[in-house]
Amino acid sequence: MSSVTDVWTVLVILGLAVITVVTRSLFFISSKPWQLPHWAQRGLQYAPIAALAAVIVPELVMTQGQLMPGWQDARLFAALAGAAWFLTHRAQRQAVLGTIVMGMAVYLPLHLGLGW
Amino acid sequence: MFNAAWLRHSEFRAGALDALGAAPGLAAWGLMTGVAMMNSGLSTFEALLMGVTVFAGSSQLAAIPLIAAGAPMWVVLATGFCVNLRFVVFSAHLRAYVMHLPLGQRLLTGYLITDLSYVQFTHRYPKHGTTPEQHLAQQAYLAGNCGVTWVSWVGMGILGIFLAGLIPAAWGLGFAGILALLGILMSLASSPLRWVSAGVAGAAAVAAFALPFKLNILLAIAAAVAMSLLLESARRARDTTSGGSA
Repeated sequence: MSSVTDVWTVLVILGLAVITVVTRSLFFISSKPWQLPHWAQRGLQYAPIAALAAVIVPELVMTQGQLMPGWQDARLFAALAGAAWFLTHRAQRQAVLGTIVMGMAVYLPLHLGLGW
Repeated sequence: MFNAAWLRHSEFRAGALDALGAAPGLAAWGLMTGVAMMNSGLSTFEALLMGVTVFAGSSQLAAIPLIAAGAPMWVVLATGFCVNLRFVVFSAHLRAYVMHLPLGQRLLTGYLITDLSYVQFTHRYPKHGTTPEQHLAQQAYLAGNCGVTWVSWVGMGILGIFLAGLIPAAWGLGFAGILALLGILMSLASSPLRWVSAGVAGAAAVAAFALPFKLNILLAIAAAVAMSLLLESARRARDTTSGGSA
């Protein structure tokens, strides 16, 4: 645990910032006329939801690289409560906000109160 | 990037309101990322630099333990790149929306478009604009949406850096970020094949979790897209056949 700034770490951080710009803009850089192949255009409508699921699901069901040992886990119940809220309020503009509030309202008592 | 006409545009407000819906989750997640940066042993300056410039929660969280362990620079950067590969896919999609801008503004726009903004923007604008009025409306929406996202993520990250000693990670406040992503996922699930895509990706990401550099995420996206496209063409072939016999 050092709290001294070193050049190597600063360079790594700036490199990460450059990577954020480059990955988020990769296909914006060249202005040559160019179109995605048709199959890729169709595939793109499935990619964003896949990316989110790939990030979320391991966070919900895994602990330190392993599937969670049992069902007594606050994350599961919180995600179910949040999802249920979303499905019943999806027409409303702030359905995402409700998902967060409902999920945390279930998560915090189970996690802090029962230690799940 | 900044343009006063955006602020007056009604789409600026619409974009900001959409982003505010997920902002509490993002804020809690940003706070805990700030705490994590300090707890990993980064100096205050390094943590602030990362919190202000990197602007990518998943790559920050992937990089922090690697930096703390003293991993080679190329390993940290390669990991950041792989975790961010989904944005390359998004940029292919967004290209037609931004090519009317000069290069500098395109790069700045891309830099500011996170998962949340990408999802909400393409949901509100399924088609890219073709007239100057449409371009203005879309840029105004992005300015409002990305502006709120940037302020909540960076602001709360800085707060987390200074409150690091006071907020135990054991509270699990960062889980609010996962719930925000869950809410966005559900707003994207507008067709049965998209549910299939989410299911395949989730299962594949768990099954391939042991891969290095978070490559399980990329593998999961590839598997889910391939499966959805296969099912889509199978359904189209079936529809054509039954249509022909009717």
